[in-house]
Amino acid sequence: MQRLKLFLPLIIFVIMAAIFFGVERRVQTGDYDPMALPSALVDRPLPSFSLPTLDGGQLSNAELPDTWFLVNVWATWCPSCHFEHPFLVELKEEGVAILGVDYKDKLVPAQRWLDEKGDPYFATLFDKVGTFGLDLGVTGAPETYLVDAEGIVRFRYQGALDRQIWDKVFAPRIAALQGTVEGGDSQ
Amino acid sequence: MRLLWLLVVTLLSVSAYGVIETYEFDTDLQRQRYNAFVEELRCPKCQNQNLSGSDSAIAVDLRRQVHSMIMDGKSDMEITQYMVDRYGDFILYKPRFSGASLALWLTPLVLLGIGVGVWLTMSVRRNVSQPAPTTLDDAQRARLESLLEDDKSANGEGR
Repeated sequence: MQRLKLFLPLIIFVIMAAIFFGVERRVQTGDYDPMALPSALVDRPLPSFSLPTLDGGQLSNAELPDTWFLVNVWATWCPSCHFEHPFLVELKEEGVAILGVDYKDKLVPAQRWLDEKGDPYFATLFDKVGTFGLDLGVTGAPETYLVDAEGIVRFRYQGALDRQIWDKVFAPRIAALQGTVEGGDSQ
Repeated sequence: MRLLWLLVVTLLSVSAYGVIETYEFDTDLQRQRYNAFVEELRCPKCQNQNLSGSDSAIAVDLRRQVHSMIMDGKSDMEITQYMVDRYGDFILYKPRFSGASLALWLTPLVLLGIGVGVWLTMSVRRNVSQPAPTTLDDAQRARLESLLEDDKSANGEGR
Protein backbone atom coordinates (compact mmCIF):
# COMPACT_ATOMS: atom_id res chain seq x y z
CA MET A 1 0.00 0.00 0.00
CA GLN A 2 2.77 2.38 1.00
CA ARG A 3 4.65 1.33 -2.12
CA LEU A 4 1.63 2.10 -4.26
CA LYS A 5 1.44 5.61 -2.86
CA LEU A 6 4.91 6.30 -4.21
CA PHE A 7 3.66 5.61 -7.73
CA LEU A 8 0.60 7.81 -7.38
CA PRO A 9 2.11 10.78 -9.30
CA LEU A 10 3.16 8.45 -12.11
CA ILE A 11 -0.29 6.87 -12.27
CA ILE A 12 -1.95 10.32 -12.39
CA PHE A 13 0.48 11.36 -15.13
CA VAL A 14 -0.31 8.29 -17.22
CA ILE A 15 -4.07 8.82 -16.89
CA MET A 16 -3.80 12.52 -17.83
CA ALA A 17 -1.51 11.71 -20.76
CA ALA A 18 -4.01 9.13 -22.02
CA ILE A 19 -6.86 11.65 -21.82
CA PHE A 20 -4.91 14.39 -23.60
CA PHE A 21 -3.74 11.98 -26.25
CA GLY A 22 -7.30 10.82 -26.85
CA VAL A 23 -8.62 14.38 -27.22
CA GLU A 24 -5.76 15.37 -29.50
CA ARG A 25 -6.43 12.31 -31.63
CA ARG A 26 -10.11 13.27 -32.00
CA VAL A 27 -9.07 16.79 -33.00
CA GLN A 28 -6.79 15.37 -35.68
CA THR A 29 -9.41 13.05 -37.11
CA GLY A 30 -11.90 15.92 -37.13
CA ASP A 31 -14.35 14.29 -34.72
CA TYR A 32 -13.93 17.10 -32.27
CA ASP A 33 -13.34 20.74 -33.01
CA PRO A 34 -12.52 22.82 -29.94
CA MET A 35 -13.34 26.01 -31.83
CA ALA A 36 -16.82 24.89 -32.83
CA LEU A 37 -19.43 26.69 -30.81
CA PRO A 38 -22.86 25.11 -30.53
CA SER A 39 -25.40 27.47 -32.03
CA ALA A 40 -28.00 28.85 -29.65
CA LEU A 41 -30.38 28.95 -32.61
CA VAL A 42 -30.64 25.19 -33.15
CA ASP A 43 -34.26 23.98 -32.79
CA ARG A 44 -35.50 27.54 -32.73
CA PRO A 45 -37.15 29.45 -35.57
CA LEU A 46 -35.04 31.47 -37.97
CA PRO A 47 -35.01 35.06 -36.63
CA SER A 48 -37.45 37.34 -38.39
CA PHE A 49 -36.01 39.76 -40.88
CA SER A 50 -36.93 42.18 -43.59
CA LEU A 51 -33.85 43.15 -45.53
CA PRO A 52 -32.89 44.48 -48.94
CA THR A 53 -31.53 41.94 -51.38
CA LEU A 54 -28.47 42.31 -53.56
CA ASP A 55 -30.62 42.64 -56.69
CA GLY A 56 -32.41 45.65 -55.24
CA GLY A 57 -35.51 43.94 -53.89
CA GLN A 58 -36.72 43.29 -50.37
CA LEU A 59 -37.20 39.96 -48.60
CA SER A 60 -38.83 38.93 -45.35
CA ASN A 61 -39.59 35.65 -43.56
CA ALA A 62 -42.96 35.32 -45.26
CA GLU A 63 -41.37 34.75 -48.65
CA LEU A 64 -39.14 31.87 -47.62
CA PRO A 65 -39.54 28.46 -49.30
CA ASP A 66 -41.87 25.94 -47.67
CA THR A 67 -39.31 23.16 -47.99
CA TRP A 68 -35.99 22.77 -46.23
CA PHE A 69 -33.27 25.15 -47.36
CA LEU A 70 -29.82 26.42 -46.43
CA VAL A 71 -28.83 29.84 -45.18
CA ASN A 72 -25.28 30.65 -46.19
CA VAL A 73 -23.49 33.60 -44.61
CA TRP A 74 -20.74 34.94 -46.85
CA ALA A 75 -18.84 38.09 -47.75
CA THR A 76 -16.37 39.21 -50.37
CA TRP A 77 -13.76 39.89 -47.67
CA CYS A 78 -13.81 36.25 -46.58
CA PRO A 79 -11.19 33.97 -48.16
CA SER A 80 -12.94 30.71 -47.22
CA CYS A 81 -16.10 31.94 -48.94
CA HIS A 82 -14.09 32.19 -52.11
CA PHE A 83 -13.04 28.58 -51.67
CA GLU A 84 -16.55 27.43 -50.83
CA HIS A 85 -18.37 29.18 -53.65
CA PRO A 86 -17.95 26.61 -56.46
CA PHE A 87 -19.41 23.91 -54.24
CA LEU A 88 -22.45 26.08 -53.50
CA VAL A 89 -22.97 26.45 -57.24
CA GLU A 90 -22.81 22.66 -57.53
CA LEU A 91 -25.41 22.32 -54.78
CA LYS A 92 -27.70 24.71 -56.62
CA GLU A 93 -27.41 22.59 -59.73
CA GLU A 94 -28.47 19.62 -57.64
CA GLY A 95 -31.60 21.54 -56.66
CA VAL A 96 -30.68 22.73 -53.16
CA ALA A 97 -32.32 26.03 -52.24
CA ILE A 98 -29.82 28.39 -50.61
CA LEU A 99 -30.56 31.77 -49.10
CA GLY A 100 -27.45 33.95 -49.17
CA VAL A 101 -26.65 36.48 -46.47
CA ASP A 102 -24.05 38.95 -47.62
CA TYR A 103 -22.60 39.79 -44.24
CA LYS A 104 -21.02 43.19 -43.52
CA ASP A 105 -20.07 43.79 -47.09
CA LYS A 106 -20.09 46.41 -49.83
CA LEU A 107 -22.86 46.28 -52.41
CA VAL A 108 -20.93 46.65 -55.68
CA PRO A 109 -18.14 44.10 -55.03
CA ALA A 110 -20.76 41.64 -53.77
CA GLN A 111 -22.85 42.00 -56.93
CA ARG A 112 -19.72 41.61 -59.05
CA TRP A 113 -18.79 38.47 -57.07
CA LEU A 114 -22.08 36.81 -57.98
CA ASP A 115 -21.86 37.96 -61.59
CA GLU A 116 -18.39 36.56 -62.04
CA LYS A 117 -18.55 33.37 -60.01
CA GLY A 118 -22.15 32.38 -60.55
CA ASP A 119 -25.11 32.90 -58.22
CA PRO A 120 -26.00 29.80 -56.17
CA TYR A 121 -28.63 31.65 -54.11
CA PHE A 122 -32.36 31.99 -54.75
CA ALA A 123 -31.98 35.35 -53.01
CA THR A 124 -29.19 37.15 -51.22
CA LEU A 125 -29.91 39.41 -48.27
CA PHE A 126 -27.70 42.43 -48.00
CA ASP A 127 -26.84 42.63 -44.30
CA LYS A 128 -24.70 45.72 -44.46
CA VAL A 129 -23.92 46.30 -40.78
CA GLY A 130 -24.39 42.74 -39.63
CA THR A 131 -27.61 43.08 -37.60
CA PHE A 132 -29.15 39.93 -39.09
CA GLY A 133 -25.80 38.24 -38.55
CA LEU A 134 -26.05 39.14 -34.86
CA ASP A 135 -29.56 37.71 -34.71
CA LEU A 136 -28.27 34.50 -36.27
CA GLY A 137 -25.44 34.35 -33.76
CA VAL A 138 -22.84 34.51 -36.51
CA THR A 139 -19.24 34.65 -35.34
CA GLY A 140 -17.72 35.00 -38.78
CA ALA A 141 -18.07 33.88 -42.35
CA PRO A 142 -18.72 31.44 -43.88
CA GLU A 143 -21.45 29.81 -41.84
CA THR A 144 -24.23 27.60 -43.12
CA TYR A 145 -27.56 26.93 -41.43
CA LEU A 146 -29.95 24.12 -42.24
CA VAL A 147 -33.56 25.30 -41.92
CA ASP A 148 -36.46 22.83 -42.12
CA ALA A 149 -39.80 23.25 -43.86
CA GLU A 150 -41.32 24.88 -40.77
CA GLY A 151 -38.59 27.51 -40.66
CA ILE A 152 -36.84 25.92 -37.66
CA VAL A 153 -33.04 25.99 -37.65
CA ARG A 154 -31.82 22.41 -37.37
CA PHE A 155 -28.07 22.70 -37.73
CA ARG A 156 -25.31 25.23 -38.08
CA TYR A 157 -21.94 24.61 -39.67
CA GLN A 158 -19.02 27.01 -39.20
CA GLY A 159 -16.47 27.08 -41.97
CA ALA A 160 -16.32 26.35 -45.67
CA LEU A 161 -18.46 23.59 -47.14
CA ASP A 162 -17.15 20.98 -49.51
CA ARG A 163 -18.40 17.65 -50.83
CA GLN A 164 -16.85 15.67 -48.00
CA ILE A 165 -18.41 17.78 -45.25
CA TRP A 166 -21.70 17.85 -47.10
CA ASP A 167 -21.88 14.06 -47.30
CA LYS A 168 -20.69 13.59 -43.74
CA VAL A 169 -22.66 16.16 -41.73
CA PHE A 170 -25.42 17.59 -43.91
CA ALA A 171 -26.69 14.61 -45.88
CA PRO A 172 -27.72 12.49 -42.84
CA ARG A 173 -29.52 15.44 -41.25
CA ILE A 174 -31.37 16.24 -44.46
CA ALA A 175 -32.33 12.59 -44.84
CA ALA A 176 -33.70 12.69 -41.29
CA LEU A 177 -35.69 15.84 -42.09
CA GLN A 178 -37.19 14.20 -45.14
CA GLY A 179 -38.00 11.13 -43.10
CA THR A 180 -40.11 13.11 -40.64
CA VAL A 181 -41.53 15.82 -42.86
CA GLU A 182 -42.75 15.06 -46.34
CA GLY A 183 -41.71 17.39 -49.09
CA GLY A 184 -38.19 18.53 -49.84
CA ASP A 185 -36.60 19.03 -53.19
CA SER A 186 -33.25 17.40 -52.67
CA GLN A 187 -31.10 15.81 -55.27
CA MET B 1 16.32 39.46 -2.61
CA ARG B 2 16.06 41.47 -5.78
CA LEU B 3 15.29 38.32 -7.67
CA LEU B 4 12.53 37.54 -5.21
CA TRP B 5 11.02 40.98 -5.69
CA LEU B 6 11.21 40.58 -9.42
CA LEU B 7 9.44 37.25 -9.14
CA VAL B 8 6.74 38.67 -6.89
CA VAL B 9 6.15 41.61 -9.21
CA THR B 10 5.97 39.33 -12.25
CA LEU B 11 3.56 36.97 -10.61
CA LEU B 12 1.29 39.67 -9.29
CA SER B 13 1.11 41.69 -12.46
CA VAL B 14 -2.07 41.28 -14.47
CA SER B 15 -2.19 41.62 -18.18
CA ALA B 16 -4.14 44.62 -19.32
CA TYR B 17 -5.74 44.61 -22.71
CA GLY B 18 -8.13 47.11 -24.02
CA VAL B 19 -9.34 48.37 -27.27
CA ILE B 20 -9.74 52.09 -27.47
CA GLU B 21 -13.10 53.05 -28.80
CA THR B 22 -14.88 56.26 -28.18
CA TYR B 23 -18.39 55.70 -26.99
CA GLU B 24 -20.38 58.54 -25.55
CA PHE B 25 -22.44 57.99 -22.42
CA ASP B 26 -24.92 60.26 -20.70
CA THR B 27 -24.16 59.10 -17.19
CA ASP B 28 -21.32 57.49 -15.30
CA LEU B 29 -23.56 54.56 -14.45
CA GLN B 30 -24.02 53.80 -18.14
CA ARG B 31 -20.28 53.84 -18.61
CA GLN B 32 -19.77 51.51 -15.66
CA ARG B 33 -22.41 49.12 -16.96
CA TYR B 34 -20.80 49.13 -20.40
CA ASN B 35 -17.39 48.42 -18.93
CA ALA B 36 -18.80 45.64 -16.78
CA PHE B 37 -20.47 44.04 -19.81
CA VAL B 38 -17.43 44.12 -22.08
CA GLU B 39 -15.37 42.59 -19.27
CA GLU B 40 -17.89 39.89 -18.43
CA LEU B 41 -18.98 38.90 -21.95
CA ARG B 42 -16.81 36.55 -23.90
CA CYS B 43 -15.87 37.05 -27.52
CA PRO B 44 -17.63 34.22 -29.40
CA LYS B 45 -14.95 34.05 -32.06
CA CYS B 46 -12.08 33.73 -29.62
CA GLN B 47 -11.18 30.88 -27.33
CA ASN B 48 -10.54 32.87 -24.20
CA GLN B 49 -10.91 36.61 -24.50
CA ASN B 50 -13.55 38.99 -23.32
CA LEU B 51 -15.16 41.57 -25.54
CA SER B 52 -12.96 44.37 -24.26
CA GLY B 53 -9.79 42.48 -25.08
CA SER B 54 -10.64 41.33 -28.56
CA ASP B 55 -10.14 43.07 -31.84
CA SER B 56 -12.15 40.61 -33.91
CA ALA B 57 -14.96 41.98 -36.04
CA ILE B 58 -17.64 40.22 -34.04
CA ALA B 59 -16.33 41.67 -30.76
CA VAL B 60 -16.47 45.15 -32.27
CA ASP B 61 -20.08 44.51 -33.32
CA LEU B 62 -21.05 43.17 -29.92
CA ARG B 63 -19.48 46.13 -28.13
CA ARG B 64 -21.47 48.45 -30.35
CA GLN B 65 -24.58 46.41 -29.62
CA VAL B 66 -23.99 46.59 -25.86
CA HIS B 67 -23.49 50.33 -26.12
CA SER B 68 -26.62 50.91 -28.16
CA MET B 69 -28.72 48.69 -25.88
CA ILE B 70 -27.49 50.59 -22.81
CA MET B 71 -28.28 53.89 -24.48
CA ASP B 72 -31.73 52.53 -25.38
CA GLY B 73 -32.36 52.03 -21.68
CA LYS B 74 -32.33 48.23 -21.76
CA SER B 75 -31.83 46.53 -18.41
CA ASP B 76 -28.85 44.32 -17.60
CA MET B 77 -31.13 41.29 -17.68
CA GLU B 78 -32.38 42.16 -21.14
CA ILE B 79 -28.87 42.65 -22.51
CA THR B 80 -27.64 39.37 -21.01
CA GLN B 81 -30.67 37.53 -22.38
CA TYR B 82 -30.14 39.07 -25.81
CA MET B 83 -26.57 37.79 -25.89
CA VAL B 84 -27.42 34.32 -24.54
CA ASP B 85 -30.25 33.97 -27.09
CA ARG B 86 -27.74 34.44 -29.86
CA TYR B 87 -24.53 32.93 -28.60
CA GLY B 88 -25.60 30.58 -25.82
CA ASP B 89 -24.08 30.32 -22.37
CA PHE B 90 -20.65 30.34 -23.98
CA ILE B 91 -20.73 34.12 -24.08
CA LEU B 92 -21.03 34.49 -20.30
CA TYR B 93 -17.78 34.23 -18.44
CA LYS B 94 -19.83 33.63 -15.34
CA PRO B 95 -22.26 30.95 -16.52
CA ARG B 96 -25.72 30.92 -15.07
CA PHE B 97 -26.71 28.20 -12.64
CA SER B 98 -28.55 25.63 -14.74
CA GLY B 99 -28.68 21.91 -15.36
CA ALA B 100 -25.88 22.08 -17.87
CA SER B 101 -23.59 24.17 -15.71
CA LEU B 102 -24.36 22.30 -12.48
CA ALA B 103 -21.09 20.36 -12.56
CA LEU B 104 -19.18 23.56 -13.17
CA TRP B 105 -20.61 25.24 -10.11
CA LEU B 106 -20.61 22.27 -7.78
CA THR B 107 -17.23 20.66 -8.56
CA PRO B 108 -15.24 23.13 -6.43
CA LEU B 109 -17.58 22.48 -3.51
CA VAL B 110 -17.24 18.71 -3.97
CA LEU B 111 -13.44 19.03 -4.14
CA LEU B 112 -13.48 21.18 -1.00
CA GLY B 113 -15.59 18.52 0.69
CA ILE B 114 -13.14 15.79 -0.30
CA GLY B 115 -10.25 17.90 0.98
CA VAL B 116 -11.94 18.50 4.33
CA GLY B 117 -12.76 14.79 4.53
CA VAL B 118 -9.16 13.76 3.93
CA TRP B 119 -7.91 16.31 6.42
CA LEU B 120 -10.36 15.14 9.10
CA THR B 121 -9.60 11.45 8.69
CA MET B 122 -5.86 12.16 8.78
CA SER B 123 -6.06 14.24 11.90
CA VAL B 124 -8.29 11.66 13.60
CA ARG B 125 -5.88 8.88 12.69
CA ARG B 126 -2.94 10.86 14.06
CA ASN B 127 -4.70 11.40 17.38
CA VAL B 128 -5.53 7.71 17.65
CA SER B 129 -2.03 6.51 16.82
CA GLN B 130 -0.46 8.75 19.50
CA PRO B 131 0.11 6.50 22.50
CA ALA B 132 -1.48 7.52 25.74
CA PRO B 133 1.11 9.01 28.11
CA THR B 134 2.32 6.33 30.45
CA THR B 135 4.74 6.24 33.28
CA LEU B 136 7.68 3.88 33.05
CA ASP B 137 9.00 1.79 35.84
CA ASP B 138 12.74 1.44 36.43
CA ALA B 139 13.19 -1.70 34.32
CA GLN B 140 11.41 -0.12 31.37
CA ARG B 141 13.44 3.03 31.72
CA ALA B 142 16.67 1.08 31.63
CA ARG B 143 15.52 -0.77 28.52
CA LEU B 144 14.62 2.53 26.85
CA GLU B 145 18.02 3.89 27.72
CA SER B 146 19.79 0.94 26.09
CA LEU B 147 17.55 1.13 23.03
CA LEU B 148 18.45 4.77 22.57
CA GLU B 149 22.13 3.88 22.91
CA ASP B 150 21.74 1.23 20.21
CA ASP B 151 20.01 3.71 17.98
CA LYS B 152 22.76 6.27 18.42
CA SER B 153 25.47 3.76 17.48
CA ALA B 154 23.45 2.51 14.52
CA ASN B 155 23.05 6.08 13.28
CA GLY B 156 23.36 6.47 9.52
CA GLU B 157 21.82 3.16 8.65
CA GLY B 158 18.46 4.73 8.38
CA ARG B 159 15.37 4.01 10.32
